[in-house]
Amino acid sequence: MDILSLFITVPVLTIVALLFAKSLRHARQVALVGSVIQVAMAVNLVFAYFREKATNDAIMVFTKDLVWFESFNIHYSIGVDGISVALLVLTSMVVLAGVFISWRMEELPKEFFISLIVLSIGVYGFFISLDLFTMFVFFEIAVIPMYLLIGIWGSGPKEFAAMKLTLMLMGASAILLVGILGIYFNSNTGGGPLTFNILEIAQVSIPFEAQRIFFPLTFIGFAVIGALFPFHTWSPDGHSSAPTAVSMLHAGVLMKLGAYGVFRVAMYLMPEGAAEWSWFFIILAAFGVIYGAFAAIKQTDLKYINAYSSVSHLGLVLFALLMLNKTAWNGAILQSLSHGFMTALFFALIGMIYERTHTRDIRKLGGLLKVIPFISAVYVIAGLASLGLPGFSGFVAEMNIFVGAFEHDDRFYRIATIVSVSAIVVTAVYILRVVGIMLMGPIKNEQYLNLEKVTWFEKLGILLMLLPIIAIGVAPLWISNMILESLEPFIQVFM
Amino acid sequence: MDINYFLLMRQEIVLLAIALFLLATEVFVPKNKKESLIHLAILLFAVHTLLGFFFNKTGELFGGMFRTTELIDLFKTILNIAVLLVLLQATDWIKDKVLRDNRGVEFFVLLFSSLLGMYFLVSAGDFLMMYLGIELSTLPVAALAAYEIAKRTSSEAGIKLIFSAALASGITLFGISMIYATNGSIFFDDISTTLEASNLTILGLVLMTAGLGFKISLVPFHFWTADVYEGSPISIASYLSVVSKGAAVFILLILLFSVFDPLMEIWRPMIYTIAVATMFLGNLFALRQQNMKRFLAFSSIAQAGFILLGIIAGTPTGMATVIYFVLIYIFSNLAAFGVVQAIDVKTGKERINDYEGLYRTNPKLSLVMMLALFSLAGIPPVAGFFGKFFLFTAAASEGFYFLVFLGVVNVTISLYYYLLVIRAMFLRKSENPIPYFKSGSYIRIALVLCVLGILALGIYSPVYEYINELSLAF
Repeated sequence: MDILSLFITVPVLTIVALLFAKSLRHARQVALVGSVIQVAMAVNLVFAYFREKATNDAIMVFTKDLVWFESFNIHYSIGVDGISVALLVLTSMVVLAGVFISWRMEELPKEFFISLIVLSIGVYGFFISLDLFTMFVFFEIAVIPMYLLIGIWGSGPKEFAAMKLTLMLMGASAILLVGILGIYFNSNTGGGPLTFNILEIAQVSIPFEAQRIFFPLTFIGFAVIGALFPFHTWSPDGHSSAPTAVSMLHAGVLMKLGAYGVFRVAMYLMPEGAAEWSWFFIILAAFGVIYGAFAAIKQTDLKYINAYSSVSHLGLVLFALLMLNKTAWNGAILQSLSHGFMTALFFALIGMIYERTHTRDIRKLGGLLKVIPFISAVYVIAGLASLGLPGFSGFVAEMNIFVGAFEHDDRFYRIATIVSVSAIVVTAVYILRVVGIMLMGPIKNEQYLNLEKVTWFEKLGILLMLLPIIAIGVAPLWISNMILESLEPFIQVFM
Repeated sequence: MDINYFLLMRQEIVLLAIALFLLATEVFVPKNKKESLIHLAILLFAVHTLLGFFFNKTGELFGGMFRTTELIDLFKTILNIAVLLVLLQATDWIKDKVLRDNRGVEFFVLLFSSLLGMYFLVSAGDFLMMYLGIELSTLPVAALAAYEIAKRTSSEAGIKLIFSAALASGITLFGISMIYATNGSIFFDDISTTLEASNLTILGLVLMTAGLGFKISLVPFHFWTADVYEGSPISIASYLSVVSKGAAVFILLILLFSVFDPLMEIWRPMIYTIAVATMFLGNLFALRQQNMKRFLAFSSIAQAGFILLGIIAGTPTGMATVIYFVLIYIFSNLAAFGVVQAIDVKTGKERINDYEGLYRTNPKLSLVMMLALFSLAGIPPVAGFFGKFFLFTAAASEGFYFLVFLGVVNVTISLYYYLLVIRAMFLRKSENPIPYFKSGSYIRIALVLCVLGILALGIYSPVYEYINELSLAF
C-alpha cells in the first residue's frame, strides 16, 4: 500500500470498525484512534515529501496509476505536491479536532462518526487525485454526507438548511460535470488519446474556443463550494444549522475544495480561459469579500457571523488566485490553510459556548471572559488572527495576497484590490464587536456564573487548531517554501 | 435436426418448458402444499438464469426472423436477472395474497410468458417477430396488473394497461406497415440497405418510436404509468418499470442503431426533444408525489429520459452506456421497489409520510433504500453515478453539451425528491413509526443481491468493459 492510498484505506477501515461499535464510548474511541492515525500519516507525509523532493523534482510525487475504466481512459491516479500535502495536514487535524469536539455526541453516535469519516474520505481523495474523474467522484462523496450530518444532528431549521446546502452544492457539481466533460473531449488536441489525467491535459493546449465555454462552468462548479458571491447563500444557513464538528470540517476543509479545484483544474488546465474571464470573477470575488464582511457586522448569531466571515475570507482566496501571480497565489494557499484552522477553531469555540449557555445570540451573552476564561481567551486570539494581526497566520496570508495584487498596475486591478483591502477594516469591526459584547462587560445572565469549565478533550481540540495558526504566523517560511516550489508548474502555464 | 438449432433458442425453449412444467405440476400438488410451487418456480428460474451465462451461440433461425448474438444473449440474461429479483421479492406477497385465493401458479406462468415475449422481442430479425414479441410480452402483464381482484384499483390498472398497450401496438403496427410500404421488406437487414428518407418512411419511424415509447413510458406517452404502477401489485409495477422498460430500450437500440442508422440525422432531433420532455416532466411530477409507488413511477419516467442521452449519441459507446445504465437501473430500482414491497406486505403502508422514523425501527431496510435512492440519483460511489456519468459522456462525445447540461439540471432536481424520502426515513422522528419486522428470506436475499449489484457494478469496471466490447462488435 502506497503512502497516499493509506489516506483512503485507513478511514475505510475506521468505518468498518465503527460498524461494530456498540455505544458512544466505543464509537468515539474507534473514531479517535482512526483520526490520530490519520494525523500521524499526514505528519509523516510532510517529512516523506521533503525527503522525496530532495531527490525527485517531478511536479507530483508519490504518484501511482491504476487503470480503472479502460475504454474511457479513466484511471485511479494519485500524487501530491506541496499544496496538497499542506491541505492534507489541515484536513487530518480538523478531523481529529472534530472528533474531540463531538466527544459527547449522544444521538446515534456510530452513524455520526461514520458520516463524518465518509466526508473526510471524500476530502482526502479529492486532494490526492490526479484524474478528473476520480477527483469528481471524491468531490461528491465529500458533499453528500452533509445532508445527513446537518439533517439528523443539526439545530434550528436543519431540514431546510441541509436540503439547501446539498442541492446547491450538488447542482454546482452537476455544472462542474459539464465542464469536466468539456475538458475531457478536448484533451486530445495534441494527438494523443482522450484523457482525464490532469498532468497529461496540462501538456496539451485546449482550444481557446473550448476554454472560453468550459472555464466558467468549471470555475463556478468549484467556486460554489468555495462560497463565491452570489452562490454563497448555502454557507450561512448550512453552517449555522450544522453540528459543531460538521461546521468545523465544512468551513475548515470542505470549502477549500473549491479553491483547490479552481486552481488545480479550472485555471491550470485552461489558462487562456482564465485570462479571458478573470475580470468577471475578480469583480464577483472582490464583491464577495466586502459583502461578507459587511454582512457579518449586522448578524447577531455567532455562527452566522463566522459563516459570513468565511464568505469574506474565501472570497479573498479566489480573488488572490485570479491575480495570476506567484505572490498572490502563495497568499491564497496560505489563506486557505490559515482560514481552515481559524474558522474551525471559531466554530469549535462557538459550539462550546452554545453547549454551555444554550444561545448563540450575542445580545444575550456578556462577560464570558470572567466565567469561561480559557474559551474566551482563545476566542480573542482567534479573532485577532482573523483580522490579520502580525504573528498569526492570517497576517502572512493577507500580506502576500495584497502585495501580489498590487503588482498589477492598471486601474481595474487597483480598484478591485482597494475594495478588498478595505474589508480588513470591516473585519476588525465585526470581530471586535463580538469580543466587546460577548466577552467583556457585565455578565447578563446569572445562570452563566456557574458554567461548566472547559474539559480536557475540548482543550485538546482547541490546541490542535490554535498551534498551527501561531506556527504559520511565526515561522511561515518552511510552509511557504513548500508552496512556492509547487507553484512553478502553474507559473510556467501562465507565463 | 441439429442440436445447434436448439441451442440458438435454448433460452426460449427452457423458459417455455419451465412454464408448462409448473402448470402441469400444479395438478399434482395438494392444496395445502401449494407453497412448494413457489420454491420450485424460483429454483427452476434461478437455474435457467445461471444457464443463460453458458452455451452462447450466434446464428439465425426461420430464415432470419429470429437471431441470436452474444449481445442479444446478454440482453436476455439481464432480463433474467431482473425477473429473478422480481420473483424473489414477490414471494411474501404470493404467500399472503395469492395462494390464499387458491391461485398460485398462474402468476408464474403469466410472468414467464411475458418474459418469453421479451426474448422474442430482442431476438427479432424482422418486424413481424418484433410485433409478436411486443404482444406476447404485454398481454400477460395486463392480466397480472389486475391480479388482486379484491382491489378496485388493480382492475383499473389492468384495464388501463391493456388499453394503452393496445393503442401503442396499433400505432407500432401502423408505423411498420409504412416502412414495409416504402421498402418492400420487413427484415431488418434488408431495410437498412434500402432505407431512404422519404416522408412515409419518416412517418413510419415516428409512429414506431411512439409505440415503443409507450413501453418505455417516454413523455408524451407516459400517461398510463403512474396509475398502473399505483394500482397493480408491487411486483408487477417493478416488473413493468425494469423488465418491460429494459426490453423496449434494447429493441429501440437495435432498431435505431442498425435499421434506422441511415436516418440518424432525422431521429436525433426527435430523441432530443423527447429526452428533454421526459426528463423534465418526469422529475417535476415526481416532486409532489406522496405515494411511494407513484413516486417511483415518475422517477422511472425521468430515468428513461436519461437513457435517451446515451441513445442519442448513436455510437457503440452510446449503446454500451445505455445497456450498462439499464443493468444498474434494474438493481437500483428493484432495491427501492423491494423495500416498498417488504413494507407494504407487512404493514400495508405505502405513503412517504409513513416512512418517517424508519431508520430507528428498521435500520437495514432504510439503508438499502438509501443506497437505492442514491444510485437512482447518481451519487458516487454507488453504481448509478457511473451509469449516469457514462451516459452524459456518450452524449457529450457527439457534442450534445447543452443536452448534457439539461441532464445535469435534472439530476439536481431529482436529487431533491430522492432526498425527501431519505429525509422521512432518517431525519424525521415519528409518533407512530413502522414497527420492526422481519421479511421473508427470499426478499432478504433479493435485497442483498440488489445491494451487491449497486455497490459492485460501478466500482468493478470489467462489467462495463465487457458490455463495451460486445457493443463495439454490434
